[in-house]
Amino acid sequence: MSKRKSDSSTGRHRRRLPALATAGPVSVWMILFVTLPMLFIIYISFMSRGVFGDVVYTFSLNSYHTLLDSTYFKVISKSLEAALLTTVLCLALGYPFAYYIARKPPETASKLIMLIMIPFWTNSLMRLNSWLLLFQTSGPVNAFLQWTGITDHPVTFIYTDALVILGLITNMLPFAVLPLYSSIEKLENSLLEASSDLGATPGQTFLRVTLPLTFPGIFSAIILVFIPSLGIYTVSDILGGGKVLYIGNIIRNQFGSIRNWPLGAALSVLLLVITGLLIFIYTRFAKIEDMEVV
Amino acid sequence: MSESIVSLIDVEKRFGSNLVVRKMSLEIQRGEFLTLLGPSGCGKTTTLRMIAGFEDATSGIIKVQGEQVEDKEPYQRDVNTVFQNYSLFPHMTVYDNVAYGLTIKKVPKEEIRRRVTEMLALVQLAGYDKRKPDALSGGQKQRVAIARALINNPKVLLLDEPLGALDLKLRKQMQIELKRLQKKLGITFVYVTHDQEEALTMSDRIAVMNAGILEQVGTPMEIYQYPKTRFVAGFIGESNLFDGTVKAVEGNLIQVETSAGLLTTCGQGFQPGEEMHVSIRPEHLEISREPAEGFALPGKIKDFTYMGTMVKTALDMADGSELKFSRFEHDSRLREGDPVYVFWRPEKSVPIKKSAT
Repeated sequence: MSKRKSDSSTGRHRRRLPALATAGPVSVWMILFVTLPMLFIIYISFMSRGVFGDVVYTFSLNSYHTLLDSTYFKVISKSLEAALLTTVLCLALGYPFAYYIARKPPETASKLIMLIMIPFWTNSLMRLNSWLLLFQTSGPVNAFLQWTGITDHPVTFIYTDALVILGLITNMLPFAVLPLYSSIEKLENSLLEASSDLGATPGQTFLRVTLPLTFPGIFSAIILVFIPSLGIYTVSDILGGGKVLYIGNIIRNQFGSIRNWPLGAALSVLLLVITGLLIFIYTRFAKIEDMEVV
Repeated sequence: MSESIVSLIDVEKRFGSNLVVRKMSLEIQRGEFLTLLGPSGCGKTTTLRMIAGFEDATSGIIKVQGEQVEDKEPYQRDVNTVFQNYSLFPHMTVYDNVAYGLTIKKVPKEEIRRRVTEMLALVQLAGYDKRKPDALSGGQKQRVAIARALINNPKVLLLDEPLGALDLKLRKQMQIELKRLQKKLGITFVYVTHDQEEALTMSDRIAVMNAGILEQVGTPMEIYQYPKTRFVAGFIGESNLFDGTVKAVEGNLIQVETSAGLLTTCGQGFQPGEEMHVSIRPEHLEISREPAEGFALPGKIKDFTYMGTMVKTALDMADGSELKFSRFEHDSRLREGDPVYVFWRPEKSVPIKKSAT
């Protein structure tokens, strides 16, 4: 415990002292590859679309007008819903798992973490397509369900919202488990003993001690899961088969097949504003220093 | 006849193949300050944790107020613990930490407020209620930990080396405070420490443990003056220990042959030919130029150490062992390298049976 404490304090030192020397290259990188492209996207969102799908550099608010259409509102609320559901389920699944790992001896814990990481390292297109194979009408999952007699006709899994959510969860689970693990692992066992000693049942101890002390991990997990699942489009593309449309898919389509860059850019800006707003609301509740990882 | 509030009957604890507490039986009396004393790894903390319920006894019976508790969870036991590292809840204020046990029991808010205020005053932390544990010194954290445990009016308060992390001066001060607090409240304290001086200062009774075995239970004076085992004689205070064989017994006097020479002690129940130990405190050792009757312990003065109130003298004995001799005043006639004979009044030494193990 004390070792970890001193680690974090030296970390803070490093950030403060030779600030320019270490921050310099990072700043250059961030400006070149994050800030400038982002500014360019914002710039394009105020331009107009040419007849052939090119960007015409004349100021226009057309794209933002289009956004007012209720179709986009529906897509956005559906995306938010899906991201929220993914986040909640990732937490509900990830917390017990992270807790279980954190209470194991370190060697076992690192093996269990590997189990979480291996699917994460496999190519996501391959992983998603194998999900399709698993869940298709003539696939092993349906075969199993019919064999056990749970259902007598094949269930349609693929190209449904449910499978997309399932895909999102499997994609995002490591982002929930890792920060949760790191904060649960820091929880001193003697605090749980003290709580029990003072008369608290395991449930009361969880609510009053474990949960509040692992909030930093929960905060990080929420941010790390929610934001990517809001923007990710590969999962809904493959498992939703184009039938399930989220904001990510729409943006992709505007830059891709439809070739309406200003609209795509405007949608991106909207997404940026939504996530920015969420993080802002979030930091009102959580102190920044509580958020490790992020 | 005082009644016992905690009973340990043949309690054993095994971690894997490691037997850390062996066949321990101990009666802890209501209202007493009992210290479990022993070197680290002797099983004292494990014993305490078994009473608290954090460890399950491998075998044996543990009773609190006559009721068996082996199957009870810590939160079902009427005992509270003060942890070695304080274990205050870092996300709660001092007030909430102290109030924790009462909040869990759903005591009315007003009563909690009254009792927490009272308790904080008792441990001299009035006005600290809004602080977080991070903003407290070690001594203050310790007081909060004590208040947090005591507020529940436990039948027994278990303290696991609570002063271990404090500096010497603060520790001495807290020792006195804790002892006063215990007398005032009349709550049974079971106190774990490896510091024999602390144990002697604070305890009504001391239970000395070594390698999982309860060596001796008694008042500090009994433990100090009449150690029953070689370990206790060596562990409590400074002592000179001899291992030898009984040569002759005359009434109470026992002549013992040791590698350092012949000596005499005083006791009963020893037979010629029996192996035994003899313990003599440095302050009871005497030296002279001529051998005394019943003793043949030649030695040489090795060096002197001036300790302020005491002068300690180390003596080299014929068999290579070293004896400790201490006096309040330095005898200026003594010089390093002087040959001397060691003796003592036989009744000042303690005969110890050789233990079976």
